[in-house]
Amino acid sequence: MSSNVGRRTFLKTTAAAVLAATESGSNLQAVNAQTIAKASSAAPTRLTVNGNDLTVDLDSRTTLLDALREHLQLTGTKKGCDQGQCGACTVLVEGRRINSCLTLAVMHDGQAITTIEGLGTPDKLHPLQRAFVAHDGFQCGYCTPGQIMSAAGVLDEVSRGVPSHVTRDLTAAVRLNDTELRERMSGNICRCAAYPNIVAAIRDVAGYRA
Amino acid sequence: MIGQALDRRDGTFKVTGRAAYSYERQDAGQAAHGYMVGAAVAKGRIVAIDVAMARRAPGVALVMTHQDVAPQGARDGTVAEQFARPWPVLIGDEVAFFGQPVALVVADTFEQARAAAALVVVTYATDAGAFDLAAHRGEAYTPKMAAAGFPADTCFGDLDRAMADTPVNVDVTYTTPHHFAQPMEPAACLASWNGDDLAVCVSVQGIAACRNALARTLLIAPERVHVDAAFVGGGFGSKLRLHEETVLAALASRRLQRPVKVAHTRRQVFNIAGHGPEMIHRVRLAARRDGTLLGIGHDVNMQGARREEYVEQAATVLRSLYAAPHRLTRHRVTNLDLNLGEAVRGPGEAPGLLAVESAMDELAIALDLDPIELRIRNEPDLDPERRVSFSGRRLVECMREGASRFGWAARPRRPASRREGDVLVGFGMSASIRACFQGATAAIVRMEPDGRVIVKSDMTDIGTGTLTILAQVAAGALNVPIAGVSVQLARSDLPVSAGSGGSWGASNTCNAVYRACDDLRRKVMGPASLWGREADLASEVARRFPDGVEGEGILPGMQDDPNYKEYSVNTYGANFAEVGVDVTTGEVRLRRMLGVFCAGRIVNPKTARSQVIGGMIWGVGAALHEAAHVDPRYGNFVNGDLAEYLVPVHADIPAIDAIMLDDFDDKANPLGIKGVGELGICGSGAAVANAVFNATGIRVRDFPITIEKLLPGLPVR
Ligand code: FES
Ligand code: FES
Repeated sequence: MSSNVGRRTFLKTTAAAVLAATESGSNLQAVNAQTIAKASSAAPTRLTVNGNDLTVDLDSRTTLLDALREHLQLTGTKKGCDQGQCGACTVLVEGRRINSCLTLAVMHDGQAITTIEGLGTPDKLHPLQRAFVAHDGFQCGYCTPGQIMSAAGVLDEVSRGVPSHVTRDLTAAVRLNDTELRERMSGNICRCAAYPNIVAAIRDVAGYRA
Repeated sequence: MIGQALDRRDGTFKVTGRAAYSYERQDAGQAAHGYMVGAAVAKGRIVAIDVAMARRAPGVALVMTHQDVAPQGARDGTVAEQFARPWPVLIGDEVAFFGQPVALVVADTFEQARAAAALVVVTYATDAGAFDLAAHRGEAYTPKMAAAGFPADTCFGDLDRAMADTPVNVDVTYTTPHHFAQPMEPAACLASWNGDDLAVCVSVQGIAACRNALARTLLIAPERVHVDAAFVGGGFGSKLRLHEETVLAALASRRLQRPVKVAHTRRQVFNIAGHGPEMIHRVRLAARRDGTLLGIGHDVNMQGARREEYVEQAATVLRSLYAAPHRLTRHRVTNLDLNLGEAVRGPGEAPGLLAVESAMDELAIALDLDPIELRIRNEPDLDPERRVSFSGRRLVECMREGASRFGWAARPRRPASRREGDVLVGFGMSASIRACFQGATAAIVRMEPDGRVIVKSDMTDIGTGTLTILAQVAAGALNVPIAGVSVQLARSDLPVSAGSGGSWGASNTCNAVYRACDDLRRKVMGPASLWGREADLASEVARRFPDGVEGEGILPGMQDDPNYKEYSVNTYGANFAEVGVDVTTGEVRLRRMLGVFCAGRIVNPKTARSQVIGGMIWGVGAALHEAAHVDPRYGNFVNGDLAEYLVPVHADIPAIDAIMLDDFDDKANPLGIKGVGELGICGSGAAVANAVFNATGIRVRDFPITIEKLLPGLPVR
């Protein structure tokens, strides 16, 4: 959106556009909606993706996910829902996992992004990638990059002592176990339902016993 | 090679993000983005559609509606192969279901297309629709056939009399909700034209069906359509048929003479991609005191849609499962103003066995009999309705093996009798059966002079492991190292298979590949009687075939295979589940689950186990989570996204294991293989549901078993 369109106006016009699309008819709504279509502008955005410094001219409405997939040809990061409900789009931003469909690329100007392509390559697999293959932690593979990036995030969170909803003792050091793992990975849906194998793969890398 | 637990061949690509799914393909160069606009009413007419503003919006190349869409082939229910029927889009001003695409907006970027889609102003004349199955169930009609070639009704003896004459019977009504496949990759298509030739990278389960359906829709020759589905992010039935995104991408690309790609949004997957329809099941079981069944009945009334008939074969599950002289199974369809039903993983069995295997548990309770013993007492010698022998039926063994491994003997005998703190604990089991099908399939196997082997089939690998198992079959049959075998799949220039769906992909294609290897060897080595020095094959090819040599293999469809007439060919299983139910909140947690299956020879135990466990987890979802709810006022799925349509997530799924009995079904096909893609979901939900009953004493007959349905019965004294 252009800089003189505030968040408030934006939200109002969004609502109007939805009305226009669903209820139809009113010119006023249509005019408001028109504002939206125009309310885009290209902004140069600097991203460090998998260690490479890049500058991309992006429509400011572009999500981080679409910036990666459609502008940087990094299609390893998947679009499962585009609304923060499935985890297929998980990447690391400054080392922390994030649903890249829920954030605009321009909000990450100057930040470091790690995608599945940066975690390991076919010749040099990351231990998580190797474990997913060995334990058959996927079938169709569409949720897989998100699962693996999320797992990388989980291992880091645990090492930093970040508790979860199922952590019993908030004062003790956080220890990973299956229950912790399943809770922390629950934002990543696998419709092929490879869950038992995914947990086995991550457990293997985390180095604890079931 | 067959029987080895090899890692998936495409694993490295998938875990490193190098596997390119259709929307991600770069083959055609920079593609324009299409965005579909869905109808905001469920029934009515488009009175006006104003696209002027959308057309003027930045970056927009095309806005296509019913007013300017190119002529297409009409819907045609007479095309025998259901998935190859034409699927015309934007035809006329009639709206038949909520979300039906009414316009496509194409722009340079996704953001522009989405924004411009919001500027399409549609005015509707809305008609009152019928959306509620229960309210309209009385309007059901009798279809001529059920899906997959099954008769709509079967009747033997007199079930009513059996019900009146037997001392113990069950007459219960279960409901199963609208159910969605929801693969993680939303259906998508990247279309580009080169002269009169159309290339589509598309997310489908069957290549030939897609090609033919698209050709019939676009009114062009099938040879002009080139389909490629190298990687598909799951299907589960929802990618068997052509859908709007593919036709729209093709039409827009032709108009614009540039590549166009269109994907469903997740909500559009709910609106457009087809669902397993809601059903009302009446199950009747009439038994003697000793548990012998004298009568069984299954009446199913399901949602239909007027524009095409889809009769999910849910009332077929009892036909081959239990013996009883008096039998009645019937399908009825109630047309509503909702989207057309489509196959969802385990069509027929998934909802059918949920009802039937829960009712069997009710009968076991009424008889005070071990549910395994009840099933064993009604084990048939012959297929009870077709009166033919079973091929390789080992259901009893599955149940016994499962019982011993699971520790069934330690189950709580009486419902609601085991409590651990605030948690009520219960065990449940169920039996599974899944009919086997066979579809005509061709394959080519080529050996190069340097000994490399290339396997060719248009079969897809949608997560099923096809790439891996076909390499195993060829390497084994030709006695060559598997590293030297490459597999080409999922393109329309390759030999035609029956596609992925109906749990037949592995058996169809492995057998065709095996026969192609046989043919190849014959061409090189002469008649079988001269074989023996296997290692010589490659050196013979190197010596005598400077251009390499090809073998062809064909497996006939089941209609041309006498075994499928003379035998009842099925896969079988038994599921066991332990649940804990919180006595205060009613929350159900699965604690552990085991399935034991008999499914012919297993080509790759690793990938097969994954598929079966995946299916079992779908059963957990069907029992406890999944239901799409229709707003009775507007006819839309109110919970059409992945936050509100609940599917199992990591935290729902504890240790689950699956055991495959060592098996070989020589009646099924030469390799003795049967399918496993759907077996896991067949009946598994009922094991969970029966465990909930065992834990609480509460029988919920309206799936899924959610908290609000249990709470009124809790706490249990
Ligand atoms: S695509 Fe981002 S959470 Fe689903
Ligand atoms: S591997 Fe298919 S969705 Fe997870």
